[in-house]
Amino acid sequence: MDEKLNDLYRDILMDHYKYPRGNKNLDNFDLENEGYNPACGDDIHLKIRLDGGKIDDISVDCIGCAISVASGSMLADIVRGKSLEEVIRIAKAVKAMLKGEKVSEDINLGDLEALKGVSKFPVRIKCALLSWTTIIDALEARQAGQKAEISRTE
Amino acid sequence: MSKVGEKTTAIPAPKIVPGGGFDPDLVKQNFPILRQSINGHPLIYLDNAATTQKPVAVIKRLQAYYESDNANVHRGLHTLAERATDAFENTRDKIRTFINAGKRKEIIYTRGATEAINLVAYTYGRQNVGPGDRIVITRMEHHANLIPWLELARQNGAELVYIPINSEGYLDLSEIDTIINDRTKIVALTHMSNVLGTINEVEEIVALAHKKRAVCLIDGAQAVPHMPVDVQSLGADFYVFSAHKMLGPTGLGVLYGREELLQAMPPFNFGGEMISEVRFDKVTWNVLPWKFEAGTPAIAEAVAFAPALDYLENLGMENIRRHEIELTAYALSRLSELKHLTIYGPLNPEHRGGAIAFSDDKIHPHDMATFLDTQGIAVRAGHHCAQPLTRLLGVNSTTRASFYIYNNTNDIDTLHEALLAARRYFGHG
Repeated sequence: MDEKLNDLYRDILMDHYKYPRGNKNLDNFDLENEGYNPACGDDIHLKIRLDGGKIDDISVDCIGCAISVASGSMLADIVRGKSLEEVIRIAKAVKAMLKGEKVSEDINLGDLEALKGVSKFPVRIKCALLSWTTIIDALEARQAGQKAEISRTE
Repeated sequence: MSKVGEKTTAIPAPKIVPGGGFDPDLVKQNFPILRQSINGHPLIYLDNAATTQKPVAVIKRLQAYYESDNANVHRGLHTLAERATDAFENTRDKIRTFINAGKRKEIIYTRGATEAINLVAYTYGRQNVGPGDRIVITRMEHHANLIPWLELARQNGAELVYIPINSEGYLDLSEIDTIINDRTKIVALTHMSNVLGTINEVEEIVALAHKKRAVCLIDGAQAVPHMPVDVQSLGADFYVFSAHKMLGPTGLGVLYGREELLQAMPPFNFGGEMISEVRFDKVTWNVLPWKFEAGTPAIAEAVAFAPALDYLENLGMENIRRHEIELTAYALSRLSELKHLTIYGPLNPEHRGGAIAFSDDKIHPHDMATFLDTQGIAVRAGHHCAQPLTRLLGVNSTTRASFYIYNNTNDIDTLHEALLAARRYFGHG
């Protein structure tokens, strides 16, 4: 059993779950978005501070299972210093990986590969998707000069 | 009538031991699905409030029906049609006896408890609930007994009022006389909560509803499988339940309704079977119960529901109830040893059924359910189709273990150990 379970709850993932990286309150921020997973009740709130065209800092407030918390923490870890376009590209690649779709080879997901095991647990995929869907909606709305609607994954 | 199905004998259901009761381990032997390993562990099925497993007798009857008796009902003049019709209608008689309805015409087949409630909301509800009228339900309803009434209230301009629950998980009846008022047309409530396990004092609510000339619908989806139910002594106007939660096939449910109400109600679905005479410009409806059974029904499922009812009657509903009180008492005591768990619903096993929702103060219910699954334990995690209630409990979701006739105290010990193992695995041990 432990082998299957450890496929889902990889060490890296468990570390993010126990010590979520973006878990703070960002006072000065330029955009925010909320994500909600009605089926599980998972709830995420992202606040993002920009510096020029790049993400300067992010806070991730996530109430949910280990998978959604860890996924949100890994997101917080990776987006700082990156441009909006870059983050959207990575987030879409993570979503593709989670759904078991082909990920283009020029994207190096690094530690995010640890989320790959989630794709073997179909009912848990939406937990991992939540933070990535929420940030894509936030950033694409920003690019379009709008405010994001609350994101939902089901 | 067909004897084919009855010839395919399965392992006989365990006999009642002197003094009442039965051996759940013997019961288990009649359920092929339970003889397997999940993720390297013997399967422990604790998701019975969602659906129960099926005994050999039910599975064999389904197969025998298709192998020997299959035909459409009430139409053909050939032998198979007669066999199918006899078996189909025979189950209706068994259902009538099982819940002690007065007449067989008061037993309507539906797709499930959900459809049965929708049937009443769409027919009786639309006909009798108008602007300013009131529909009363409780705060512990499954979505099936909430959304049809929410929609009816919205469409007909009525108000939907909720009977509250107290911190112990019982209905709070302190304001009931003002809640069920003169404008109340329908009172709908669950007999047993699928989240809290609470068994409601429905006779009392039925009497209050009748005093205000309102009708009362009881959602018995969690009650009929687990305890003796007598719809006449409850005084219920409508009573609904599903076959699949009581050893029967999926896709079949029952609406019991008092004849005078059913007679006055318009049909729900229109088509074949529900008519008596059709001309190009005029239709007369069929008599009860077929007025409400348009189209080809779930024939095989109804036929195979008969051995499920036989199985339960052989064990005895009183014995089943006693077995579950004992299991629930044991489970409540074992689970309350774990101080990091919050257990929802009444703590007195005499007042509740064997569906126990709980939450761990650190581990999310979905992580818990995934972990338990790797130990071979099937539980439900989520809002259990009762989102407003789950929120009222102050959580987004809970984990629920629910028992039936094949569960024993060993299953609960295994659950107890696995809940501790989960704490260690997720670093909270």
